[in-house]
Amino acid sequence: MELFMNGPPTRGSVWLTAHALGVFAFLYLPIAILIIYSFNGQGVGGFPPRDLTLNWYRVLFQDGPIWDSVFNSLIVAGAAMFIALAFGIPAALALDRAQFPCKALFRRLMLLPLILPGIITGLSLLMLFREASLKLSLVTIVLGHGTALISVATTEVFAGLQKLNRAQEEASLDLGANYWQTFWRITVPNLKLSIIGAALLIFTLSMDEIAVSFFLIGRDNTLPLEIWGRLRRGITPEINAISTVIFVFSLMAIVLWYRLRTQADVSRV
Amino acid sequence: MAGEAPRGYRWAPALQSTAMATSSELIVGSRETTSNAALLSLRAVAKHFAKNIVLRDISLEIAEGEFLTILGESGSGKTTLLRILAGFEQATSGEVWMAGERLDSQPPYRRPVNTVFQHYALFPHMTVEENVGYGLRVAQRPADEIQRRVGDALAKVKMSAYAKAKPSKISGGQQQRIALARALVNRPRLLLLDEPLSALDANLRRQMQVELKALQREVGITFIFVTHDQEEAMVMSDRIALLRSGELEQVASPREIYSRPATAYTAQFIGHTNLLDAEVHAGVARSGVLAWTTSLRDGPALFSLRPECIRLSAMGGPADGSLDDGSIHFRAKLRDQVFHGANELWRVECAEGRILTLRTSSRPASNGGDGTLEFEFFARDAVPVRPSEERV
Amino acid sequence: MFSRVYRIAITVPPLAWVAVFLLVPYLLMFCYSFWSVSESQAILHSWTFDNYRELLVKPVYWQTLLRSMWIAGRVTLFSLLLGYPLAYFLSFHTGAKRDLFYQFVIIPLWVSYLVRAYAWKTILGTDGVLNTLLQYAHLTQHPLDFLLYSPFAVVLTLTHIYTPFTLLPIYASLEHVPRNLVEASHDLGASPTQTFWRVVFPLSIPGVLAGATFAFVLSLGDFLAPLLLGGPSGIMISNIVVSLFGAAYNWPLGAAISFCMLLIVVGLLFFSERVEKKWSFS
Repeated sequence: MELFMNGPPTRGSVWLTAHALGVFAFLYLPIAILIIYSFNGQGVGGFPPRDLTLNWYRVLFQDGPIWDSVFNSLIVAGAAMFIALAFGIPAALALDRAQFPCKALFRRLMLLPLILPGIITGLSLLMLFREASLKLSLVTIVLGHGTALISVATTEVFAGLQKLNRAQEEASLDLGANYWQTFWRITVPNLKLSIIGAALLIFTLSMDEIAVSFFLIGRDNTLPLEIWGRLRRGITPEINAISTVIFVFSLMAIVLWYRLRTQADVSRV
Repeated sequence: MAGEAPRGYRWAPALQSTAMATSSELIVGSRETTSNAALLSLRAVAKHFAKNIVLRDISLEIAEGEFLTILGESGSGKTTLLRILAGFEQATSGEVWMAGERLDSQPPYRRPVNTVFQHYALFPHMTVEENVGYGLRVAQRPADEIQRRVGDALAKVKMSAYAKAKPSKISGGQQQRIALARALVNRPRLLLLDEPLSALDANLRRQMQVELKALQREVGITFIFVTHDQEEAMVMSDRIALLRSGELEQVASPREIYSRPATAYTAQFIGHTNLLDAEVHAGVARSGVLAWTTSLRDGPALFSLRPECIRLSAMGGPADGSLDDGSIHFRAKLRDQVFHGANELWRVECAEGRILTLRTSSRPASNGGDGTLEFEFFARDAVPVRPSEERV
Repeated sequence: MFSRVYRIAITVPPLAWVAVFLLVPYLLMFCYSFWSVSESQAILHSWTFDNYRELLVKPVYWQTLLRSMWIAGRVTLFSLLLGYPLAYFLSFHTGAKRDLFYQFVIIPLWVSYLVRAYAWKTILGTDGVLNTLLQYAHLTQHPLDFLLYSPFAVVLTLTHIYTPFTLLPIYASLEHVPRNLVEASHDLGASPTQTFWRVVFPLSIPGVLAGATFAFVLSLGDFLAPLLLGGPSGIMISNIVVSLFGAAYNWPLGAAISFCMLLIVVGLLFFSERVEKKWSFS
């Protein structure tokens, strides 16, 4: 392990390394405990965990409402992904290349949902739907997720555009292709990895989204809201089991996203 | 390594004596500059990065107040050597001594050594003044002393007017001067310069070369300058250390390294040359139709002949290859004229098809006639060199 | 440079979406804050300052806002203290393994908020993992009840959640510090510690500000952690808003508070951006 690659360990660098590892422990320990206790026959608390069992996973597997909500979440995530990309990619292009009035205002508005607490985005949309007499349902959730996540698509694709070698597009034009052809033959293939990465990220975030969904939920629950409802009623390790499964999927998605992104950097000429 | 003839080298017998002589000169350097005390001593310094051997067995003594240039192509290891002296890399083996103490056991911030970086590395969040005074502030010198020394340093590099400017607002050449001032203000015993002029355009570069040389004379500090530009090295240095693939090829003054190159690589890297494969027999070296006297022992040998040593001779002299008052004549056809401004380079083809390059004063372009011309050179201008084998 | 059709195609749809689903809702929220609600729970579109007056007059809103800011402030501080050294470690001390470490850092960031908050709930409770562990190890006799349903739990959980958020901008700005500046500083006689404070840290300030703003704003508006872990003493301003849109049914008042929060957030962003600009030297 090249932890001390900057020369022999000084007192400072030993402390720094210890601190870093400590923070990692802080970040991962709760999750690790969660996973361990999903196998605990005795419940979510208590120490040490005894009676290791797969029982809670069995319960999870047979839990109808949970799987309904998973299904709902998948639909919502897919739709939200579609909306976010359909509006986010043009937005990134517009910010990168076009000049138009109110461009600065547009950029700020686009990025606002990223940093604004979900409650403000959720409530403002709630008021909109109320005034428009739109009943709350999965549709309103899709609209909410789409709005909140357009900024993610825009920032990812924008970053990809920035790294794009402009000279390639100029070479294409020089060789006789028009703007439209250049776009499809040169720009889009180079952005492919950024777009796929953005899609993956949006999908994952939508599956986990709870703050905005909280206010826009109708009759059908998404997975996080279903879990939330359970939490109000009482805690069993089945929730640990669900959480573990969510963690594993998130892990795979993020690692995949990261690999795509670094591959995009490497394959760039 | 000293005195050992290169392995598997078939010309060893002929050049044994030469090899020994040049090797010891390699280590110690020309006699003329060892009159000053040695400030810096590198002993068998080597550096590996995993399987990659970047420096092998570098041994060198550098005198106080000397301007030494480490010259080499990219990949020769010159920057690594400099970084070892600065303290940013650790040598894998070997030692570095300065003024009687181990230098390489110290971290960079405790060495009496300062560096001028290739891209200047000025601190963007500080003004020019603050940049220059950084080392003094870190050493906690009194404020009035700092102010005075910074003012002097800026004046020396003619940048006093820019004291309050930020680095992003001044040009590359000006940044380079500030980098220089920032290093010199600390009065180091040794100043390292890592290709500081490579980012400047040609005219500015030439101007800075002269200024740097004058500055070094003025402050009297030992400068170690790294570059790949051989002309730059010759203009500025007291001595040149030519580095090839991690080993020192030759260490000598510019005049010596030019007129008496030790190896084929040196002859070709510094200036242009013609390399002549020859067979020596009874004091005469023969190469194709050319023959000249030499003091080498019998056997195969390699010679370097500089283009400016070949001249057009008046027609009517002795025929090809004849020996006459030390001047060797030969006939050749002009194939190519390359105009260089002050002079031109001619490529001429000899009878057996060999191409030689010669340098002559500029004249109108020839109309490409097929005329055979006669040329001559002195036997003593054919300098014996060792061949340079490939190094991994 | 591009054809008109292309330009329209890429600007109009996003602009339209943003206008309809971001701009209009904020304006609507602004309007709502001036309306009122009748006894029969209908929204009356009559314009009045009553809601804002209520916010100014009743202390509970003030106090909760201040408590929320206090909580958000602590979360920001701890996130920075935890996140900065780790970002520095990642940038300067990991060498070839950096990618691997980076992935380890971003994974908690994207794992569900709910999962992480729930994890702390199970750990901090009176029968939770921590308490039973302490008793098992004979370090305490009785369960510590301040661990859960307190501001402490909220601060702890939010710090856990937002430390990666603060870490990433700091890491990005540290990556932008040219390494030859560090070498130059060493060369001029500054030790690694001096180099950090004089050269590296000043150049990382924009990242620190961005991370701090992120953590503060998101913590301030958080309502889930207080609901799960805050108990009555850990109520934050967003919880009041949530109840105003729920059981307490006073949308206009809730809108007024939300709008104030929006103003605070936007104000903080502007301020932070201006300071960042002053400290960025590229």
